[in-house]
Amino acid sequence: MELLLFNIFNGLIIGIFYALMALGLSLILGLNGIINFSHGGFLALGGYIAYSLSPVIGFWGALIVSPFIVGLLGLVVERILIRPLYSRDPLFSLLLTFGLAMIMEDLIRTFWGANGLPFNVPAALSHPLSQTYFFVTGYRVFLVVLALLAIGSLFALLRYTRIGVRIRAGNADLETVSALGINIYRLRAINFGVGILFAGLAGVLAAGRLGLTPTMGASLIMPSFVAIIVGGVGSLLGSLLGGIIIGVAAGIVTTYYPAASDVVIYVIMAVVLVVRPRGLLGQEGLLE
Amino acid sequence: MSIFDFEDYKINRRTLLKTSAAVGASTLLYPAMSAFAKSDDPIKIGQIDPQTGTYAALGGNQIAGARLAVDQINAKGGVMGRPLQLLVEDSAANVGQSVQKARKLVNRDKVHFLMGAVSSSVALAVSQAAQDMNTIYMDIGGHADAVTGDKCSWNTFRTCSTTWLLTAGDFQAIFDKYGKRWYFITPDYSFGHALHHDYLTQLKKAGGTEAGNALAPLGTTDFSSYLIKAKSANPDALIVLGAGDDMINTLKQATQFGLNKSMGVGGPMMELEVLQSLPDAARYGMWNMEWYWDQPNVPHVADFVDAYRKANGGKTPTARSWFGFASAHALALATEKAKSLDAQKVAKALEGLELPPEVALQPNKAIYRAGDHQLIGSEYPGTIKSGGKYPDLFQVTDVVDSSKIARSVEEKGCRITYPS
Amino acid sequence: MNATTIQDKTSTLGGSRAGMSSVDLPRLAAALVIWALLLSAPFWLPLVGGYTVLGTRVLIFALVTLGLNLLLGFTGGLSFGHAAYFGLGAYGTGLMLKFVTASTPLAILVGVLVGGLAATLLGPITVRRKGIYFAMITIAIGQMFYFIAVRWNSLTGGEDGLTGFARTNVHFGGWTLDLHNPTNFYYFTLFFFAIGCFVVWMVLRSPLGHTFVAIRENPKRLRFLGLPIGVYIWIAFAISGFVAALAGSLYALLNNFTSPEDMNWILSGDFVIICVLGGMRTFWGPLVGSVIYVVVQDYLSSITVNWMSFIGAIFVLSVLFFPWGLLGFFQGRFKK
Repeated sequence: MELLLFNIFNGLIIGIFYALMALGLSLILGLNGIINFSHGGFLALGGYIAYSLSPVIGFWGALIVSPFIVGLLGLVVERILIRPLYSRDPLFSLLLTFGLAMIMEDLIRTFWGANGLPFNVPAALSHPLSQTYFFVTGYRVFLVVLALLAIGSLFALLRYTRIGVRIRAGNADLETVSALGINIYRLRAINFGVGILFAGLAGVLAAGRLGLTPTMGASLIMPSFVAIIVGGVGSLLGSLLGGIIIGVAAGIVTTYYPAASDVVIYVIMAVVLVVRPRGLLGQEGLLE
Repeated sequence: MSIFDFEDYKINRRTLLKTSAAVGASTLLYPAMSAFAKSDDPIKIGQIDPQTGTYAALGGNQIAGARLAVDQINAKGGVMGRPLQLLVEDSAANVGQSVQKARKLVNRDKVHFLMGAVSSSVALAVSQAAQDMNTIYMDIGGHADAVTGDKCSWNTFRTCSTTWLLTAGDFQAIFDKYGKRWYFITPDYSFGHALHHDYLTQLKKAGGTEAGNALAPLGTTDFSSYLIKAKSANPDALIVLGAGDDMINTLKQATQFGLNKSMGVGGPMMELEVLQSLPDAARYGMWNMEWYWDQPNVPHVADFVDAYRKANGGKTPTARSWFGFASAHALALATEKAKSLDAQKVAKALEGLELPPEVALQPNKAIYRAGDHQLIGSEYPGTIKSGGKYPDLFQVTDVVDSSKIARSVEEKGCRITYPS
Repeated sequence: MNATTIQDKTSTLGGSRAGMSSVDLPRLAAALVIWALLLSAPFWLPLVGGYTVLGTRVLIFALVTLGLNLLLGFTGGLSFGHAAYFGLGAYGTGLMLKFVTASTPLAILVGVLVGGLAATLLGPITVRRKGIYFAMITIAIGQMFYFIAVRWNSLTGGEDGLTGFARTNVHFGGWTLDLHNPTNFYYFTLFFFAIGCFVVWMVLRSPLGHTFVAIRENPKRLRFLGLPIGVYIWIAFAISGFVAALAGSLYALLNNFTSPEDMNWILSGDFVIICVLGGMRTFWGPLVGSVIYVVVQDYLSSITVNWMSFIGAIFVLSVLFFPWGLLGFFQGRFKK
């Protein structure tokens, strides 16, 4: 029973992590209409840049600066590579980001080396908070708090700022937004940058928990896709919910039948698709 | 329908030119051979090792070691008066791709020998393919017992240790220091199962007990649920059997849970590559290495380390580097001894071949055992130096002579038969 | 459903030249040249630095993408998960040979059925969504099979892959085809490739094929006409699934090995880029794309550690500059 409780808690942590990834992907999917396969590459880049920065500006500085650098890079990529593809079949942006992911992995390996790198988190975070509940470590609590903070500010941004309202409006009906005289190119660029910024943040947080390797993003991207499908394409709240659901499910299954911990999230997805094809909170007919 | 059915293509001459320039830039050339007459056909070794993917760092070091060996051999006049050439192919640690590359190297490039592998599955598959093609295969770094055990074959040799040797290398040390209740975290594939089985055999024989065994799928990123099981079992020692990223992630998370404060931590295979990737706080425990660069009393080791560093921008050789180095030398020595490139003759020459001191680089003898084609050399159990700085991260406490701990050929279930 | 009305409709749709003309001489000549090259490949391949097994790989990749292109290029269904059916074909064949039968043809049949039926059964789930959503679902379903193959150690060999089977000789009455010979296996594969070509070609010239193109061009209009679009996409999905499974089955026989990597979404991505490289809306595009992709990858990975960057660059550049592929490009030039 204690084991189960722990695994639910653990699944929650993993789920929030997936959600962080899924939110960035979901933003880009919604307004830019792109499945961003290179999200994992940007995630790894966030971790690696933080690694290189932390000797200079410390862990906390790197935690803040690195996601923004990655976000800026996202803006550049959007301007040069993604923008020409908006009017085209979604197939092309899909292939482009697929190729981009390969290039990014290779460049990271070339610059930082194939060997994993040690990424130190501050000593204050690397201890259990309690002796009985030793799995509640400082770093994990910190991870959850920070992820929730980031997700909270994203929702606030979308709700209360002018750009956020436009992004949401564009999500629902881009043509009308464009007809109202809003520069949708700028809107999409900003949106892409914010999505990538989330990938960068996820990367820094992941580097503290996992090994920093060129392939680190690859294992995280697929569960995030599933989170989006389960939650419903087009709904950010859905992506959050989807991430948590599959995280917890994977956590519970790991307790009883570790071999199925990967498969279970796809089974959940299949069930959702059969019972409720648009996903838990998805809108009908979006992006089709 | 029409096959010529397309629309809305937009392309102009400029974009076409840009693309062709990029393609042109990719046309790279093979490194030129020198110092030998043009008429001397090179003797070719095909090396299949991961240069991309999870095991890229390990594969890269195996390649660097082999390159150094080939350079040394060519500087001394090659093999049978002919230059030695190393053709490297990326396996991406993908078994299917490895088998393809093996066939390509033999069918198209006409290599005389194959070598390579980091993961056991690649080693087993390439061994089988090489046997089909009647070609010698030297398994550099795939550890599963079966390669020189029940799946051994006349054409396959191995430089790195068996899983048995890995576990036997430091079993006694861990048992004596930490105690007799062990908890295992085992990666759920053949390599992990073999290590678990081998430790358990020795543990039971020594009167110890297994406190539990958590099977974690290969490539698991979150080990916390396995670690909590380990914690609640309250063992004397936590034995981590994973390799590469699995090991790094396990140790990082175990450290954050403070597990190392309440139990001993150790395992059969620590590598310098892994140690390099771990943050300071996660560097602890008792482990086994298969070779270590810091052997002050062994002749030639310092020379090798210097030569390797010079060739690789100051990087220190790891056990993987030595595997590659020794494997290439062994193939060259056997060819010289056989005075032939015939696969069966070279295989016979490799059987019982003792590596000379400047290749063996260890205090004990290193011999490819005739019965199963396994190199029997040394194991290096020891502890991680806390607060150590790269590359000085490991304290070897003992150099174990593998011939004293190795299982016999019969026990391993290997029977080698040559095709007629 | 009255087929002729559909045909009339499609020829007027969105500028599509979907109507079947009678005999088109240049096209016939091109087909003859292609078949002559394929039939003589084992003889000229070594002269240009190739090897027979490479030719066989090209054929297998051309076969799977030929099927995929029916869905992707002609019907407009963006599947990013066809490696799953390819891999199921491979595992079906491998497991049959390992545990059940020594007959290669029977093993192929089972592999094709396993992969093809899986695609047929899963089709209804996927075709409920369209566009980018369809792509995501196909990826995710593909990955489900990948993880099953990875984790079901006792059956599939897990991460280590499935070994311990080998293709066996084929007997026709008193005559034996020695499949261990790589050249024979090349022709064996070419035979199945020809079957695949024939099936896809017949489908494309049939009313069904015209409907596929019409769906790609103007799904809304067809829906207003009362056409069950989902059913048609499902049919395209199933056919392409069977073809992919056949290719996967041959791939397992080529390597005498299969592993979860043969189901991975990375491979699915390779399939899609092959279609795009050659020309998605052309019949021979997949073959041309396979030649480019398989040969370039084979060559690049031998000469540079950074081959991934080059392959990635091929993706990026072809999307930006050659979206309609090599054949599309040349045909465009020609027509202009």
